[in-house]
Amino acid sequence: VSVQGRANFKILRDTSTLRNRKSFPTSAPNTPVSKGQSCPTGNDAQSSNGTSAQFSSRLSDRHMCTVLLVLVVGLSFSTRLYKITEPPHVCWDETHFGKMGSYYINRTFFFDVHPPLGKMLIGLAGYMTGYDGTFPFMKPGDKYEHHNYWGMRGFCAVLGSLLPIFAYLIVLELSRSETAALIAASLLIFDTGCITISQYILLDPILMFFIMAAVLSMVKFNQPFSASWWLWLVLTGVNLAGALGVKFVGLFVILLVGLNTVWDLWRLLGDLSLSLVDIAKHFLARVVGLILFPLFFYVTVFAIHFVVLNKSGPGDGFFSSAFQSRLIGNNLHNASMPEYLAYGSTITVKNLRIAGGYLHSHWHLYPEGVGARQQQVTAYLHKDYNNLWLVHRQNTQSPTPDLVRHGDIIRLEHKETTRNLHSHLHEAPLTKKHFQVTGYGNNGTGDANDLWQVEVCGGQKGDLVKVLRSKVRFLHRATGCVLYSSGKTLPKWGWEQVEVTCSPYLKETPSSQWNIEDHINPKLPNISLSVLKPHFLEILLESHIVMIRGNSGLKPKDNEMNSKPWHWPINYQGLRFSGVNETEYRVYLLGNPVLWWMNLASLGLYLIMVAVASVALQRGFSLKHSHVLMRGGGLLLLGWLLHYAPFYTMGRVLYYHHYFPAMLFSSMLTGITLDILLKSADLLLRPPYSDWLQRAGQLVLLFTVLHSFYLFHPLSYGMTGPLAHEPGSSMAGLKWMDSWEF
Amino acid sequence: RKTAVMLQLPLVVTAQVDLVLVLVSLLAFWTRLSRLSYPNAVVFDEVYYGQFVSLYMKRVFFIDDSGPPLGHMILAFGAYLGGFDGNFLWNRIGADYPSSVSVWSLRLLPALCGSLCVPLVYLLTLELNFSHLAALGAALLLLLENSLIVQSRFMLLESVLIFFVLLAFLSYLRFHNAPNSSWSRFSWLLLSGASCAAAVGVKYMGVFSYLLLLGVASLHTWNLIGDHTLNVCVQCVCRFMCLVVVPVLLYVFWFYIHLGLLSHSGPHDQLMSSAFQASLQGGLSRITQGQPLEVAYGSQVTLRSSASQPIPCWLHSHRANYPVRYENGRGSSHQQQVTCYPFKDVNNWWIIKDPGKQKLVVGSPPQPVRHGDVIQLVHGMTSRFLNSHDVAAPMSPHAQEVSGYIDFNVSMAAQNLWRVHISNREAESDVWKTILSEVRLVHVNTSAVLKLSGVSLPDWGFRQLEVVAEKLFKGHSSVLGWTVEEHRYGTSQEQKEREAELHSPTHIDIDRKMSFWAKFLELQWKMLTVKQEDSEHKYSSSPLEWITMETNIAYWLHSSTNAQIHLIGNPVSWGVANLSLLAYQLLAAVYLVRRRRGIKDLPDAVWCRFSCLGCVCVGGWVVNFVPFLLMEKTLFLYHYLPALCYLYVLSPALLEHAHTHLLSSAIQRQALGVCVSAVLLTVFLSYRNFCPLTYGSPELSANQLQGLRWRETWDILYRHR
Repeated sequence: VSVQGRANFKILRDTSTLRNRKSFPTSAPNTPVSKGQSCPTGNDAQSSNGTSAQFSSRLSDRHMCTVLLVLVVGLSFSTRLYKITEPPHVCWDETHFGKMGSYYINRTFFFDVHPPLGKMLIGLAGYMTGYDGTFPFMKPGDKYEHHNYWGMRGFCAVLGSLLPIFAYLIVLELSRSETAALIAASLLIFDTGCITISQYILLDPILMFFIMAAVLSMVKFNQPFSASWWLWLVLTGVNLAGALGVKFVGLFVILLVGLNTVWDLWRLLGDLSLSLVDIAKHFLARVVGLILFPLFFYVTVFAIHFVVLNKSGPGDGFFSSAFQSRLIGNNLHNASMPEYLAYGSTITVKNLRIAGGYLHSHWHLYPEGVGARQQQVTAYLHKDYNNLWLVHRQNTQSPTPDLVRHGDIIRLEHKETTRNLHSHLHEAPLTKKHFQVTGYGNNGTGDANDLWQVEVCGGQKGDLVKVLRSKVRFLHRATGCVLYSSGKTLPKWGWEQVEVTCSPYLKETPSSQWNIEDHINPKLPNISLSVLKPHFLEILLESHIVMIRGNSGLKPKDNEMNSKPWHWPINYQGLRFSGVNETEYRVYLLGNPVLWWMNLASLGLYLIMVAVASVALQRGFSLKHSHVLMRGGGLLLLGWLLHYAPFYTMGRVLYYHHYFPAMLFSSMLTGITLDILLKSADLLLRPPYSDWLQRAGQLVLLFTVLHSFYLFHPLSYGMTGPLAHEPGSSMAGLKWMDSWEF
Repeated sequence: RKTAVMLQLPLVVTAQVDLVLVLVSLLAFWTRLSRLSYPNAVVFDEVYYGQFVSLYMKRVFFIDDSGPPLGHMILAFGAYLGGFDGNFLWNRIGADYPSSVSVWSLRLLPALCGSLCVPLVYLLTLELNFSHLAALGAALLLLLENSLIVQSRFMLLESVLIFFVLLAFLSYLRFHNAPNSSWSRFSWLLLSGASCAAAVGVKYMGVFSYLLLLGVASLHTWNLIGDHTLNVCVQCVCRFMCLVVVPVLLYVFWFYIHLGLLSHSGPHDQLMSSAFQASLQGGLSRITQGQPLEVAYGSQVTLRSSASQPIPCWLHSHRANYPVRYENGRGSSHQQQVTCYPFKDVNNWWIIKDPGKQKLVVGSPPQPVRHGDVIQLVHGMTSRFLNSHDVAAPMSPHAQEVSGYIDFNVSMAAQNLWRVHISNREAESDVWKTILSEVRLVHVNTSAVLKLSGVSLPDWGFRQLEVVAEKLFKGHSSVLGWTVEEHRYGTSQEQKEREAELHSPTHIDIDRKMSFWAKFLELQWKMLTVKQEDSEHKYSSSPLEWITMETNIAYWLHSSTNAQIHLIGNPVSWGVANLSLLAYQLLAAVYLVRRRRGIKDLPDAVWCRFSCLGCVCVGGWVVNFVPFLLMEKTLFLYHYLPALCYLYVLSPALLEHAHTHLLSSAIQRQALGVCVSAVLLTVFLSYRNFCPLTYGSPELSANQLQGLRWRETWDILYRHR
C-alpha cells in the first residue's frame, strides 16, 4: 500500500509542476522582447539586482555580442580564404564563368542562359586585380600559369564569407537568441560544401550573397518610416534585383520577400489604429522600394551589359538580325549587300520569332517513323554554311538576276546538299497539326511540292522584297500551308535543333514570318544598308526570351547519371570540381554530411515541434518559445521550401549545387530549432538541471560540428594520394555512402 | 405503458419526394441514355479503353500508365454484363461494331454515372446550404452541358470520375452538417472515403480532389481540437480512419481485384520482372515450368537485364566483331561484340563453366553456383568466352569494353573470370536461383561490374544496346543486375547441344512465391514510371485554351455522311462559369479586405457559408486545373471537365448570394430574376444549337456546319462530295 501511495503522490506533484510551468507564460505573455535580452546569458539571475548591476551586465552582454560577431567574421573569412589559389588550374564551371568574365574585359558579345550581373562582377573583379582577359579558359584542368586568377576567386570567396555573418544576423534578428545565431553561423562556417562553392569563380557565391543580403534587409526593416527603415527597404530592393540579375533562381527569394510583404501589409490592414492613408503610404513605399526601384536597377544592369559588350562574338546567332547590326565586327554591322532579293542569289533566311533560328538543312534524313524518310530541314541558331539557300525560278535556271516580287513562285535550293525545300501531307515530327518540311530532289530537280509563293507582309502584288527589312512568308503551292518554325527542340536525331513545319493555319505570326539576312549576288551592286536600330526595350525583351529558351533547352542527356532533387538534402552525391585520379589534386563539392543530416533531422524535428506547439495553442495553452518558433522558423521554412520545391517541377538538367541556397535557409532553421529544443529542457527538468542539460547539449553540438569539419576538411582544401576506398588515403573510412566519388 | 403506446401506433409511411429532383434526374437520364448505341462505331478513346476491356474479358495481363485499374474494371464490368467476349479488334476510330457486341451495355455504366452527376450536383448545392432554386440552376447547367453529355455517352472515364468526386464531397458535407451527437453520420464519412478511393482509382486526377477534401476535412478537424466539450482524440481517429486509412486500403483492393482477374500472360509481360512474369499463366511461366531451380556449372541460361529502361533485353553476342576503329577515331579490341538484345533469340544462350574444368555439361549430382563463386560464361552459339579488359567501351568511353574473347596473338590475354554476386541473397552461401536471384557479375581482374549502359550501338552493332563493365559502381542500380530467365542443364559436350532436351530435376512452383504486396508494389511502381512516347496529338491542347474553349475534339465522323460528334462545350454555360469564377474572387477579395478593416458586411453564418462555397468550388476548380499547367503530358479538352463541374455549382449559388445579400430593392431583384431566366433560355438554345454535334444526328449540311463553327480554331470536318 505504501509503495502505491508514494507513486500516487509523485504523479500528483508532477502534474502540479507541469501545470505551473504551463500557466507561467500565459500570465505575462505580452511583454515585448527588448533588445537588451538578446544575450540571454544569466539574465534571470541578474534581473532582480539593482539597476547599476543590470546596466553593467547589459554592457558586458553587448561586449559579448561584439566578440561573438568578430569571432564569426574571423572564422568565416579564414575558412574561405585559406588555400584560395589552390589548385592553380581551371576547376569545373570556372571554364564558363571565367571565360565570360574575360568576355567583359574584351567587350565581346556572348550568350548565356543566366542574366549578366554575376559575370559582370566577376569581370570587374578580374579587371581590378590586374587580370587582362587573355586566358582562354578552354577546359577544366588548364593551368593558369602567370594569369592573375586570384582576384576573381578572392572576390567570390569574400562574398561567400559574408554568408555565415548574414546568417548570424538574420537568426539573431528573428530569434533574439545568440545561441541560435551562433549555431546557424557555425553550421555554415564549417560546412565543406559552402566552403568549396565559395572558393571558385562561380555564380553561386554571388547569388547566395544577394539572397542572404535580401533576407537580412527584409527582417531588419520593421520601424516604419524611420531613416533606417527606408535604408533597409532600399537595400532589400537592391539585393532582390541583384539576386535576379545573377541567376533566375533569384525569383524564389523575390517570391519569399513578396509573400512576407503581403503578410506584413495584411497585418497592417488589420491594425485598426492605422488610418487608410497610413496603409496607402506603407503600400506605396513598398511598391517603390520593392518593385519599381529593383526593376530600374535590374534594367540598368542590362543596359550596362549591352553598352559594354559591343563587339561581335560567339553569341550573335541567337539574336535577331536587327540586334546583330549593333555589334562591331558582325557582317550586319554597317552591312553592304544587294538591296532587293533577286533570283540566283545565295541567301540565309532567319525566322522572325524572338530567338528564331536560320532555315537550315544538312546531310541527315528524318528517322524511320517520322514522316517521309527525306532530308531534315530545321532551324538552327548558329551561323553555319548549311544555312545557305539559293533562290531559283519555278523551273528554269535564271540567266539574268531578275528581282523577286510579291506573289512570285520560287524554289529554294539548299546550297550544300542541292535539295529543294519541300513539303507534303505528312505529319510534322513534333507539331502533329502541321505538315512536315523536308529537303527533296537532287541537283535542283524535284517535284511540284518544291514550289513556294513569296509573300511580303503588308505588300501587294509586284512589290520587291527588301533584304533584312521585309517580313516574308513562304506559302506552299500544293497544300496552301505556310513555312513555320514551331520553336520546339527536336530530339537527338535532329541534333537538338529547332523544328520547322508547314502550318495550315495562315494567321500572321512571327513564327511564320522570315527575313532575308545574308544576300550574296555578285551580279548586283552592293548598297550600304542602315538597318533599323532596335529600341533598348526590344533588346531587353529579346535577350530575356533567348535566355529562357536556353534554360529550358538544357535537357538532361539520356545516358548521363543526373542529379535528382531528392538526392540533395540527404547529400547523396557531390560534384567533382577538380581531379579524378590518384595523382591529381582533387576537390569534391560535398556538404559536410554530419551537418547536412543534422539539418535534415531538424527539419523533421521542427515540424513536430510546430505541431505540438500549435495543438497546445489550439487547446488554449501557450508555450514559451512558440512565437519565435512559428514566426521566425516559419519564414525560414518558407524560404527553404521556395528554394527547393520548385526544382521538382523543372524539366531542365539539375545539379547538386542548385540546393545550396535552400541549404542556407535549412541551416538557419536548424539554429532556431535546436536552440529552442535545448531551451525547452525546462519542460522536463527543474531549473538547475535543465540549464546543465542545455549547456551539455550546446557543447555536444559544438564538438560534433568541429570534429566533423576536421574529418571532412580535405574535401574542400584538396586531396592527393590514394582514393578513399584505399587504406592510405586521407579520407580512409569516410566514404560513408557508395555514391560519393572521392 | 410502452406496449400500450406501441399498440396505439398506426402503421404510417411518410415519404417526401422532391419532385424537382426527380424531374431533373429523369431529364438527365433522357439526355444521357437515349439512343446510346448510336453511333454503332468506335468513338475516339473507346479505341484506347476498348483494348483493355478486351484484355479483361480474356483475363490477359496488361499495364496501362494512364490510370489505376478501377476505371478500366468498371468499363469491363459493363462489357461483361452485355456478354462481350473480348473478340473485337480495337484498331481504328470509326470502325463499326459487329452485331455480336452489345454497344449499349459497353456505354451504359459511364452514361449512368454521367446522368447521376446531375442529381448529385442538386444535392451538393443543398448541402452547401443554398436554396432549392440555386440547386435547380446548378443541375440545369450540368444537364445542358454538351461536353458532359458527349463525354458521358461513350466508353470513357471522365463521367465516372466526376460522379465519384461529387459523391465524395456530397457525403462529406452530409457528415459535416449532421449534428455532432449522432454516430450514424460516420457512415456518410465512410461513404465519402470510399468515393475518394474510387475517384483516385478511376484516374490519378482524382488525387487532386481527394487532397482538397482532405484539406477541408482537416480544417474542420483543426477547429474541433479547440473544442473542449468533445472527445477530440476519438473524433480525430475516426475521421483519420474513414478519410485516410479506408481509401488507401480500398485503393489497394482495386489492385487486388485487378491482379486477381488478370492471370494470363500478355503483351506487356516484358515490362515486368521475371518473377512477376512467372506468376502469370502462359508466357514465361510456360517456358520456365519445370526448369531446374538452382543454376549449376554446365547450365545453359539466358540472362535478362533487371533494367526495364530503355527496353527489357537479354545478354547477347553474335558473330560480328567490334570495328577496329570507331567513327570518332578511337580504337577497339576488334573482338566479338557482346550486346543486350530485346528479343528472344538463340544467341542469348550462355553456358556457365567452371574455370577449373573443361566440360560444359552438368555433372551428377549438379554442382550449384553459389554467391561469391568464380565462373566463366561461354556463348552458346559461338563458344566465345565473356571477356572484359582495359579498352574503352564503344559508346561509353569511361567504361570498359565487354567482348567475346578472340585470341589475335597481340599479347592481349583473356580476362574471362567473373565472380557471382547475388544482390538479394538471404545467406552468404546462397545458391544462384533461376528467376529469383538477381546477380551482379564482377570482373575478377578489374573488379568492374557487368552493366547495361542503355545506349544503342550504331549500325555496326545492329542498333542493339551496349553492354559495358564499369569500375565505380554507385549503390544499387538495376542496370547492374542480371537474372537467369530460361534455364536448362546442359547434357552434351557437342556444339549441337542447343536443342538439348529439358531436364526436370527440381520442379519449382514460382506462382506462389510472389506475394500480392510485392506484385502490387511492382505494378504500381511500373505504372508510375513507364514512360510512353509523348507526342502531340492532332486534337491535343494546352490548359489555357480550355478556359475560353479555343479547341474542340472531333470524336467521330460518319463513314459516308457529314454526321459527326464533337466534344464542344455549351459556350454560354462556359461563359457563365468563367464569369462567376471571376465574380466570386472579386467579391471574396472585397469582403476579406473590408472584414480586415472591421466592417462586417455579412453575418458570421452567411460568411461561413460563403467561404465554404469558395473552398469547395473555387478550390475544386483550382486543384483540378492548375496542376495541368505544370504537366508535360499530352492534354485534351476533356481534362477540364471536372474543374468545370465545380464552376457550375458555384454560379447559381453565387447568384443566390447576390440576390439575398447584395441587392436590396425589389426592382433590382426582379431584374436579376429576368436576367437569370434570359441566360437560362440562351443556355438552352445554345444546347439545342449544338445538339447535332453532340448526338451525331441529324446530319447537317456544310453550310450549317460552317454556321456552328463559332470559333476560328475549332476543327469541324466537312466531307467533299
